[in-house]
Amino acid sequence: MPSPESQWQLLERMLLMRRFEETVQSLAEERAFAGHYHLYIGQEATGAGAIALLRAGDHIATTHRNHGHLIARGADPGAALAEILGRQGGLNRGYGGTFHLTAPELGFLSTSGIVGGAISLAIGGGYAAKQRHDGSVSVAFFGDGALEEGISFEAMNIAALWHLPVIFICENNDAAAWGETRAPSPEISHAAVTLHSIPMALGIEAARIDGSDTSAVTEAVAAAIARCRDGGGPVFIEAMTRQWPGNSQQFPSLATGITDLRMATGEVATERTHRHWYEEGDPVLQLGRKLVAGSADGASRLSEIDGKVRQQMAAALAFALASPLPPPAAALDHVFA
Amino acid sequence: MKITYAEAFLTAIGDAMAADPRVSLIGRPFSLGPTRVLVEGLRARFPDRVSEPPISEPATAALGAGAAMAGMHPFVDLATGAFSFLAFSQLVNEAPVAHYMSGGRLAVPVTYHVTQGVRGAGAPQHSHDMHGHLWNSPGLQILMPANPADAYGLVRAALASRNPSIILSHFKLAGVEGELPEPRGALPLGKAEIKRRGRDVTVVALSLMVQLALRAAAILAAEGIEVEVLDPRTLAPFDEEAVLASVARTGRLVVVDETPLQGGVASGIAGMVAERGFHSLKAPVQRVARADTPVPFSPPMEEFIIPNEAKIIAAIRRVVQVQ
Repeated sequence: MPSPESQWQLLERMLLMRRFEETVQSLAEERAFAGHYHLYIGQEATGAGAIALLRAGDHIATTHRNHGHLIARGADPGAALAEILGRQGGLNRGYGGTFHLTAPELGFLSTSGIVGGAISLAIGGGYAAKQRHDGSVSVAFFGDGALEEGISFEAMNIAALWHLPVIFICENNDAAAWGETRAPSPEISHAAVTLHSIPMALGIEAARIDGSDTSAVTEAVAAAIARCRDGGGPVFIEAMTRQWPGNSQQFPSLATGITDLRMATGEVATERTHRHWYEEGDPVLQLGRKLVAGSADGASRLSEIDGKVRQQMAAALAFALASPLPPPAAALDHVFA
Repeated sequence: MKITYAEAFLTAIGDAMAADPRVSLIGRPFSLGPTRVLVEGLRARFPDRVSEPPISEPATAALGAGAAMAGMHPFVDLATGAFSFLAFSQLVNEAPVAHYMSGGRLAVPVTYHVTQGVRGAGAPQHSHDMHGHLWNSPGLQILMPANPADAYGLVRAALASRNPSIILSHFKLAGVEGELPEPRGALPLGKAEIKRRGRDVTVVALSLMVQLALRAAAILAAEGIEVEVLDPRTLAPFDEEAVLASVARTGRLVVVDETPLQGGVASGIAGMVAERGFHSLKAPVQRVARADTPVPFSPPMEEFIIPNEAKIIAAIRRVVQVQ
């Protein structure tokens, strides 16, 4: 069981991830950047919980829905935001944008926007770890959609055959998996009833967990890391995350508003329209409620953390907006190292 | 002492593995025919660093790219060139874009290899030349050795590079013999070699086409036609200046390549010279390329559509006739 202190730290990180995405959405609504984008709202417990357990030298592969993973690993929110805005001060100097945020110094591989990219690049991280015998692990974060691609089967097969230290974390954010209406895609995409049964057929240890419960995430990922570092081969975790109502359309919207932490302390009532989300879905509120209940000064501590995070995001936004756009001819640089 | 192209190639992988612990081998280079056993020597020397993947080109290519991003220098053999179509997402849309997409922060030092080309009775699905397709994918180094010495030097160059590379070996080169110069080492990338000097016409050729061009040049030398055979050796980076300098001396250009004429490599090189070397030209550029058809199975039909010595000689005669 993680200590209360570490849980407060986790909550702070999850809140930073949430406020980051809320800032991205606000910028999108102001048309401050071009192109499509994906938000990590609703999946914070999985990303923050898993990444908090990694150490230096471990590798991470993520997807088009990567913002949360970068922030969880400690990437600078200002540089991440600047990248989404296409600025020179961005994590990728404006060459990648929202789909491709990466931070090699934090162990991130290339962030592929192609479905099936992360799961397959991650086995390369596992292969590198095994070749070097350095005890590191490689973590792949991907959605349920990745398992619709053939390369995912190939990647898991190789990881199993070669006993690679890879932790496959499937963030299943498909509403259909909860028996809810799937939107926006009307069709079911998987013949398998549970996604973790697919790797099990290859002899990969696999489990399904509640991905919005930080304790469940911590427990499962800690065991997976221990197994991998010990040479036990790959592990697959199907983390069930609740679909955030803001994702129900083609483009995200702040359907549930700017997260109000007073819903966790009881100072503000959960609004009727999205009550299900506020009371059972939102992992930030869920952990907030748990910590507030277990601590005498919880409510004031929560508001203190929120103030700190809001300040951090204000500084990040100021940095990003002040960062210049790249000179057009910079497009010709960095084709080769 | 003479050794074959395939032997030189495997020697280079072994030397690179001995010199650099980050280098490892995934796959079995030259897995067709008697050369398939060559890899066993490397497996005996480096048992933990030689792996045979399942028949999974996409994931194998991705594994190589991911391992390179994590600091290794893997050599990934994808067997027959045409099979790499399965791994095009990785070969053109992951490995070569990752450095750029990261703003220059991530290096991807992976080396891919395929054995490709019209091999004889390969029929449409096993005969593809991949370099035309790949040349349109910025960020990928394309290396095309023509003999054992170049095979050695280009393998070492790829495995020492910080960039993703693909080495393309023509099927018909595997048994070609030649000397391995000492001291052994990496060749520079993007540096053409004049394989034969001549004053009358420049023939630009890579890979197996160099061998065909050299035979054509030997035949024409008996008639007093002096052919310069220029081998760029790497398609990307491409040594434009060497080609232009040679054409400036000879005034005539024949480009030989096994990719189809339409949108192919011969067309790309001819276009570059038309734009940058127009005033050096005394005659229209000739392209000797594969016909724009799939590759047929039956030998006479196959021979009909590919470049050969007779077609190269005919093209050279056409340009030297123009005064």
